[in-house]
Amino acid sequence: METVVSIKPLLASLVSLVAVIPIVLSGKRPNLREGWTFLAGLIKLGLVVSMLPVVLAGGTVQYTLWEVLPGLAIAFKADAMGMLFALIAATLWLVTSAYSIGYMRGLHEHSQTRYFSFFAVALSATIGVAFAANLFTLYLFYEMLSLATYPLVTHHQDGEARASGRKYLTFILGTSIGLVLPAMLIVYSLTGTLDFTAAGILSGTTTKTVIVVLLLMFVFGFAKAGIMPMHGWLPAAMVAPTPVSALLHAVAVVKVGVFSIFRILTGIFGVDLLRTLGLGETLCVIASITILAASLIALSQDGLKRRLAFSTIGQLSYIVLGAALLSPKGMVGGLLHIAMHAFGKITLFFCAGAIFVATGKKNISEMVGIGKRMPVTMIAFLIGSMSVIGIPPTGGFISKWHLLLGTLEADQLPMLVVLLSSSLLNAAYFLPVFYRAFFCTAEESLFPAKIEEAPAWCVAPLVLTALISVGLFFNPQPFLRLAEMAVQFCVGG
Amino acid sequence: MISPEQYPVLIVVTPLLSAFLINILGNMDKRFCYPATLLALAGSLAAAVGTLCRVANEGVIHYRVGGWPPPFGIEYVVDHLNALVLVVVAGVALVAAVASKRSVEEEFPHKITQFYTLFVLLTTGLLGMTITGDAFNLYVLMEIAALTNYALIAMGGNRALMASFNYVVVGTIGACFYLLGVGHLYIMTGSLNMADIMTILPSLYGTNAILVAAILMLLGAWIKMAFFPLHGWLPNAYTYAPSATSSLVAPLMTKVSVYIMIRVMFSVLGATYVFTVLPVKELIVWLATAAIVGGSLFALSQKDFKRMLTFLIVAEVGYMVGGAWLATERGITGAILHIVNDAVMTLCLFLFSAIVVYKTKGHQLSNLEGMFKKMPLTMTAFAVGALSMIGVPPTAGFFSKWYLILGGIDAGQWQFVVALLFSSLVNAVLFFRIFEIAYYEPHSDHHGHSAPVAIDEAPMSMLLPLAVVAVAIIMLGLYSGEIVTTFIQHAVPAGI
Repeated sequence: METVVSIKPLLASLVSLVAVIPIVLSGKRPNLREGWTFLAGLIKLGLVVSMLPVVLAGGTVQYTLWEVLPGLAIAFKADAMGMLFALIAATLWLVTSAYSIGYMRGLHEHSQTRYFSFFAVALSATIGVAFAANLFTLYLFYEMLSLATYPLVTHHQDGEARASGRKYLTFILGTSIGLVLPAMLIVYSLTGTLDFTAAGILSGTTTKTVIVVLLLMFVFGFAKAGIMPMHGWLPAAMVAPTPVSALLHAVAVVKVGVFSIFRILTGIFGVDLLRTLGLGETLCVIASITILAASLIALSQDGLKRRLAFSTIGQLSYIVLGAALLSPKGMVGGLLHIAMHAFGKITLFFCAGAIFVATGKKNISEMVGIGKRMPVTMIAFLIGSMSVIGIPPTGGFISKWHLLLGTLEADQLPMLVVLLSSSLLNAAYFLPVFYRAFFCTAEESLFPAKIEEAPAWCVAPLVLTALISVGLFFNPQPFLRLAEMAVQFCVGG
Repeated sequence: MISPEQYPVLIVVTPLLSAFLINILGNMDKRFCYPATLLALAGSLAAAVGTLCRVANEGVIHYRVGGWPPPFGIEYVVDHLNALVLVVVAGVALVAAVASKRSVEEEFPHKITQFYTLFVLLTTGLLGMTITGDAFNLYVLMEIAALTNYALIAMGGNRALMASFNYVVVGTIGACFYLLGVGHLYIMTGSLNMADIMTILPSLYGTNAILVAAILMLLGAWIKMAFFPLHGWLPNAYTYAPSATSSLVAPLMTKVSVYIMIRVMFSVLGATYVFTVLPVKELIVWLATAAIVGGSLFALSQKDFKRMLTFLIVAEVGYMVGGAWLATERGITGAILHIVNDAVMTLCLFLFSAIVVYKTKGHQLSNLEGMFKKMPLTMTAFAVGALSMIGVPPTAGFFSKWYLILGGIDAGQWQFVVALLFSSLVNAVLFFRIFEIAYYEPHSDHHGHSAPVAIDEAPMSMLLPLAVVAVAIIMLGLYSGEIVTTFIQHAVPAGI
């Protein structure tokens, strides 16, 4: 396997951090300021894509920035798994930036310079997590992301934002310091290293009890993954401006959570160890409880963004479930779902934001007949919903298909039932929104039949992500290939 | 050109002589005091850095003051441990002095000469305590540092007077304990030179006199460092002290006392004695645990920002004492690394507190409202210090905590590990509460569309030192490995 030593993974992470300086300096000239965001986004995407050929050829791009203590280095490694995630995050940052312009200017939001600055920092941290070569580097960027998103979540700076911000930090920072940090220290104390390896590093170092405790500390400690009962921050964080919810709470932040769990399970524990100890089942149960409970709660939410939030919580556990199946197909499905869910869910959030910008409505009950006023947005909403439910022809179908195959492969029929019933629940909470938007009598409709969409900066991104969602059904590359390679690497053929 | 041979003594002599000079110059024109102080401290820092380099290259340096051979004369011994502490003391003192200008002019414009004379004398005391290899000489400099400290704190007026008096009483008891301990050692060994005592002592390990000496010396150090439950004097003294004083003493006084404890443990009594003969190892780690938990909880209940910081010092002292008494390599490494890191972190927080006092005339938490808008740079620098206190990588605080926790795991002292994590969580609450206060505007329940706030940064003489310290916190973090391999690993007693 080819190993390329290059500074590119570091640069891909740093470019948006550096971009903060020109963004702040050109705070008085919004067009120039957003220009910097786009420039940084393009460079970031370019850097990520430039490493793609090496990774697709089975190689990795590695770079060690600094070894702080022996065995404790800030090091980067772009492999298939990291590449998959980085590619999604970098692509969607660009799209979201365009959407942010439409949204933030459309609503005349305050402190936009701060908003775009911290957005850039958050993306830097996300790519850092994706390309982290060891747990220490991952933790460093994980914490950086927690801190960078706080001002974004509490952007409105009112009483509600303050309360939500507290909840956000309590969950996210509380678990990372209270659970992940000690777990990481125990791993280091046992093994003397924190590098992610193909077979894991914990095998043969300690007893089953310790492994179980560590596993639980990690799985619940990465609260960004929203596994119940660590999910409480996510609905609260919906107080953020919608582009933040869209990118961070459907893609970057939450996926950093599940990605971290994926990395830990494969790179620290190792698939074989988990199989031998029979811990996959435990994780499956934890994940399926969250899947079902979150879907049920989503049914009863009237706030559109809150419904999306609970849907996200459920979908995140699909990914964890995929990893927990410990079967190749299931893991491919899990990794693929990171991509598919990202495109589907971001579309839905964009739609929610577009509706808010155009009409000021936040609740589903107030959206009866909105399809006649915003047909493009609502059709995109349908496509996004279909992808999250897993109906063809959308990308979501591909990942769910793999997950279902994975349950059969792992001989976990109860999980098959969980997945299918969750899909039904997903349909039950998404389709009525679409249905009520279009199918209602003229008296019931709360909107005039005149077409009046949100600004083009808002609509174009959601159309684009909806189209990508459909496109991924027909051609799920390179994500499928990357997911397969990542799984092959850690399952060992 | 001064020969590198003379660097060790210059560290102490430069500020000592300058103190007299500053007094004379100040009586001519008090504007001379500030630059003279900076020059003196910069000279001392340069000598300390030179010594540090020499130690890194050549190993331990022995300097005979006045040419008298030990054990009869006073000997300065600079090894890997105190070379590091000397640079920290001299560096922190210099930075604190740079930042003190505006606070001093504001808070006591008529006592500038006295302030800087005492300031430099106090630094001399701290440096002397750190560099000496003589147990009695250490006592003398301890008193110099303490007496100047009492006076500097009392300059805060009103409540500071009472706090200072309280400190005088407790501090004197502490120094007396130490002196009595040294007295016992002298009676038993006939020597005051630390290295000399250490070679004589093993044959006397079983005696009660040595036991009493050990306990008295350690108690003295614990009182001086405000180790729980002997911390009662500290919060008031440091809260009501003038800003410029607390920026100097809060980072240094406790840290130098921790250094003295470690020195007494490993260079006077010997690691074998303190960990195997003295039956107190477990007890001290438990007390350290209590210090961490108690300090954190007290900090949590404060409405006064500066007072909150003083309780954090109490908790941090628990980190270092606990780490040293874990009796594991990584625990001791963590304790020593934390002396360096905590001095710089505490300096950052107290420099910020001085800015708050200068700008808002108070140090309540409510004084911090809207600070992010008004002073973005100041707040960013403060945030680095705060994150280091919480222990977020790559700041320095993360790495010393890393060693301390690993040390706790190695020693199987899980209560200490839990206490460290607990303190990180409490610090997260404390500092994010501050961030919240500073982030939300005073009256914003209306979606933050308030009138634009004019940026009103701290004056350069205060902002620049703060920024330097913030950068230093990150650099120290990244260079933790270097510091440990070059210096600290040689300071950890062999065979642990």
